[in-house]
Amino acid sequence: MKTYRSMVLVSNDPQSMVQGAQKVFETLQAEVKKYNLEDEISITMASDIGRMDISPVVVIYPEAIVYGPINKEDVPYLVEEHLYKGRIAANLQAPKKALSGPIAWLTAREGSLPAEQRIVLERAGLIDPESIDDYIIHDGYQALGKVLSDLKPEEVVAILKDSGLRGRGGAGFPTGMKWSFVAGTENDKKYVVCNADESEPGTFKDRLIIEGDPHAIIEAMIIASYAVGADEGYIYVRGEYELAQARLRTAIQQAKEYGMLGENIFGSGHSFELHVHAGAGAYICGEETALLESIEGKRGEPRPRPPYPTTNGLWDKPTLINNVETLANIPPIIRHGAAWFKSFGTPSSPGTKVYTILGNVNQTGLIEVAMGITLREVISIYGKGMKDSISFKLAQTGGSSGSIIPASLQDTPMDYDSYSRAGVSLGSGALLICNEQTCVVDLAKVLLQFFRFESCGKCNPCRIGNIRALQTLDRISQGLGTEQDIATLQSISKNLFEMSNCGLGQTAGTPIRDILTHFRAEVDAHIKLKVCPAGVCEMSGQPILYQ
Amino acid sequence: MASQTEIADNITEIVQSALEYYGKKEEELIPILAKVNRDLGFLPQEALEEISGELKIPKSKVKSVASFYHMFSTKPLGRHVIKFCENAPCHVAGGREVWNALQQATNLKVGETSADGKWSLLTTSCLGLCAVGPVMIIDEDVFGNLTADMIPDILSRYE
Repeated sequence: MKTYRSMVLVSNDPQSMVQGAQKVFETLQAEVKKYNLEDEISITMASDIGRMDISPVVVIYPEAIVYGPINKEDVPYLVEEHLYKGRIAANLQAPKKALSGPIAWLTAREGSLPAEQRIVLERAGLIDPESIDDYIIHDGYQALGKVLSDLKPEEVVAILKDSGLRGRGGAGFPTGMKWSFVAGTENDKKYVVCNADESEPGTFKDRLIIEGDPHAIIEAMIIASYAVGADEGYIYVRGEYELAQARLRTAIQQAKEYGMLGENIFGSGHSFELHVHAGAGAYICGEETALLESIEGKRGEPRPRPPYPTTNGLWDKPTLINNVETLANIPPIIRHGAAWFKSFGTPSSPGTKVYTILGNVNQTGLIEVAMGITLREVISIYGKGMKDSISFKLAQTGGSSGSIIPASLQDTPMDYDSYSRAGVSLGSGALLICNEQTCVVDLAKVLLQFFRFESCGKCNPCRIGNIRALQTLDRISQGLGTEQDIATLQSISKNLFEMSNCGLGQTAGTPIRDILTHFRAEVDAHIKLKVCPAGVCEMSGQPILYQ
Repeated sequence: MASQTEIADNITEIVQSALEYYGKKEEELIPILAKVNRDLGFLPQEALEEISGELKIPKSKVKSVASFYHMFSTKPLGRHVIKFCENAPCHVAGGREVWNALQQATNLKVGETSADGKWSLLTTSCLGLCAVGPVMIIDEDVFGNLTADMIPDILSRYE
């Protein structure tokens, strides 16, 4: 193991990248070289997502000094002062931030992280994601060791069941239950698949988990393979996420060298082979059966279900498919136990959830908070309030699995059951916050355009329904709507729900249903008065020809 | 990116190197197509036919996979490819005005390539950069927090 005197992390979240984090990184490398310190100091890009307010952020360990915002002109001084002379460059230091999180180590790192509850993102931004040693020092592969030496496969499944963890990909299916289905299916070949085809608009949590802590996913998949009796696994990463793919490949290579992957892991008799498969740009491949088709080298068209992948999955073998965020919860649950996990969140939805906050708020970004927080709290605490003080109108919770949350539900606890009772869904955790100047017809049009673009075209309700709904909404937005259009939209939405083959089509009707349920008067104003109350729609009298 | 005639000469070489890298297995079809698409800028018919022959998969199937995934193009694209995100998060953050400005500045509609072969204008799936929306990518360069008046200046940086 190579040791360094200091470790420098540069944030590479999207905001930092736009603000020149890459240049900061390159200048750091050049400056460190000038002093011939390159063997003593490691410099890494890390998804330091904690401090959007001071990005790009540079953190220097072991002192854990947070600098920000840093631009490339600051770097020579920073390197000279801190890394060469060993003095803190106080004028570049970030202001400290008050913390109120309940986890003890959070308080210990005062100033470096915001007040959140971090289980999944525990290490993101704190460790060098390209170093397995760093992961191991921070409790990494401890859960795997415990599983392989102390627990039987059925005991691992039992812990998960007891923890109450539910799938974080959108549907919220109990994870332990899914594992027990695969474990209970007899077959000499089984697979474990990680769904990292994160494509729901507004969602980038899985990317940051992988980029910040890739070994957590690998550790979780090895544990899963042991629990369900699989010996081969795939991580399906969307094609657009090149850094995530590279980080995973590096991490897998390191895990192999350390004997965590391969034949007879730690002499336990359990073997596991892991591959990375890159997607090529198809939203539908996030649907689990389409994802399996894509790994097999085919068009990503969903299979009819049942049979489910738990019995007939990849190459027709029993297959466990879990989302990235779900998997990232596994090692901490094994390490600390189910009771610890249940101490976070609500009784029906224990644990935390990673959200992306977007849209008309003062502070966009990514947070991990306990289940059960309300939308109002998210907007006021983490979003720092509505931008320009324009009132909140609705939130959209991302892609096909999400729905439109009206202001009347902003005090409903965000957990799977409370939301499902209110007739809405949490989706993938994207929170697109929209203000009063948003038009629901226009928003529904954008969402439908997305579904039309991403429909795989296999079944009629989705292929034809989405384009018809889009054309109808467009007519309404151009001032050409009629009373009949409402009935048309309702019937298309119903057909999508009831007759589509897969999850994409079945939920593509959600925006239509939601705007007609919660914002009927606004839609009516477009049709009856030919007025867009928010002043967004063109009302030009000319429909756009969507094909 | 290589010119048309260079492309024709290179096809066999590039296809062979992709086949060698990933192995001649049906399950490697997508990675193989991705590598060829990256190296040539698009997937010419000749490349698809060669892949079909080498992997012993029907031509129709190779073509159907190549046309299914958005990151593959079966047509040659311009020297510079603009990919604009028009998903809801970018739209709410002011993407509509930027998109109009882009279409105006390039005089192109979505999916078109300019007559001089300089620009191709495409939309893209969510890039996961929503915190800095509206976002677009030109070739490999990412531009975030866009406004309509930034567009002419950004485009003028490309030859």
